[in-house]
Amino acid sequence: MKILAALIGIFIVAYALPLGNPKIQEAIQEAFRLLQWYARNHTLACVVPALFIAGAIITFLSQASVMRYLGPKSNPVLAYSVASVSGCVLAVCSCSVLPMFAGIYQLGAGLGPASAFLYSGPAINVLAIFLSARVLGLSIGVGRAVGAIVFAVVIGLLMATIFRKGERAKVEAAVQMPEPEKPPRPISRTALYLACMVLFLVFSDWFNPGNVVVKTNDGRRFKAVVIHETKDTVRFQLEEDIGSEKTGDKIMLTKAEIAEMQERKTWVLTVYHIRWYLAGLMALAVVIMAWRWFERDEIREWMHNTWQFTKLLVPLLYGGVFVVGFVSVLLPEKQVARWVGDNSLGANLTASVIGTFWYFATLTEIPITQALMKLGMHNGPVLALLLAGPALSLPNILVIRKVMGNLKTLVFIMLVIIMSTIVGLFFGAFWG
Amino acid sequence: MKKFQILGPGCPKCKKLAELTETIANDLGIEYEIEKVTDINEIMKFGVMMTPALAVEGRVKVVGKVPSPDEIKKMLA
Repeated sequence: MKILAALIGIFIVAYALPLGNPKIQEAIQEAFRLLQWYARNHTLACVVPALFIAGAIITFLSQASVMRYLGPKSNPVLAYSVASVSGCVLAVCSCSVLPMFAGIYQLGAGLGPASAFLYSGPAINVLAIFLSARVLGLSIGVGRAVGAIVFAVVIGLLMATIFRKGERAKVEAAVQMPEPEKPPRPISRTALYLACMVLFLVFSDWFNPGNVVVKTNDGRRFKAVVIHETKDTVRFQLEEDIGSEKTGDKIMLTKAEIAEMQERKTWVLTVYHIRWYLAGLMALAVVIMAWRWFERDEIREWMHNTWQFTKLLVPLLYGGVFVVGFVSVLLPEKQVARWVGDNSLGANLTASVIGTFWYFATLTEIPITQALMKLGMHNGPVLALLLAGPALSLPNILVIRKVMGNLKTLVFIMLVIIMSTIVGLFFGAFWG
Repeated sequence: MKKFQILGPGCPKCKKLAELTETIANDLGIEYEIEKVTDINEIMKFGVMMTPALAVEGRVKVVGKVPSPDEIKKMLA
């Protein structure tokens, strides 16, 4: 049935698409351009390694051991900290977030840790963080991870305080934990193995900070950061005042005006130039460890899990990229800029509310926010959207309501909206 | 007549577990009925925090992963 519906959908689009319309032609071109940009710039260095890491996490880290910290008798401090960071281990697929949330709430550590988990879980899986940092900028990627973790604890504590009197609807059932499997190797080896893989991703994603010293033909000399370079022009953000332009201003120069552009030596840049050697070293270490420490069966299972993720996520991501590229051309730029173009309270609130109710399929939030940023969305609302977006959606809310009732759900929604707005405001003010 | 229950909200792994269970039960020639428990509150009543899970005659056999066909064979028998 689903396949039939999809075929009919494609047929209707193919049948009715007004190809003569120049706007549509532009949209189709943009869709392919964006798809190519993802394919060329992000696939081999980011998506593919991240899929292997996600597969490795599921295969080699015992999720049961994490859930143990969230059981009924767990230490509250530990439960909050584990709940707010465990998303990166557990929630690689968003469909597993809800049962775990319900489990922590009804069987395990209770309302606070469950709320914390629900807020941070979907936002901090490896793939989402690295892809955000790469596509949307390092500060947004880091902001997303740190914001999600810190504010998850705040939301959890608030929920637990507000409803401290209400008896929780605890289900009387003996908690079924998976059999504790004997780890086939010391945990330190597994940790080192995963760390090397993550470091590979860090190095292969290392970016050029673009700090340069510019000499122009009319004799001016100044420090700046390259924002964007095209065939004939370069856009800079100034790092010192020149004449009427102040530090932080953005200026555009044509290449003809620039006499010389020299990279400023920083350690970030040094690493950038040798990043492929470092990444290669890490890859080599991973291969050696996999060969020496792991059984053939485990490697096979790892590959199998990686392939499962690939089948699940790749169509979503690249399909999303294509559709977003198409739609973004048709969106009215002025509207976007008016609603979320600055770092005002209204803009952040709008982004949080939309994020709360809109359903983002896993990872598609990244091309969507990327398109909105190009249309003029400010960094603050971007982060607000990224925080509220994956945590909640309308279908999600309906399930949560069934688990914890109307009142608690309502309060949780309000908290997510308020918190995401505040984080967005702060972030936009400092890293706008 | 044995009763198998697949606990899970309908994610790909739950579907895979359901398929595997059916195939293996057919191979073994067991008379069975299979029920997919998708309601989260019902899943909680089994005490299960991680999906997918498989229950045989109301008793939970595996939680949080899709077991290998050999393991499933032992659970169903």
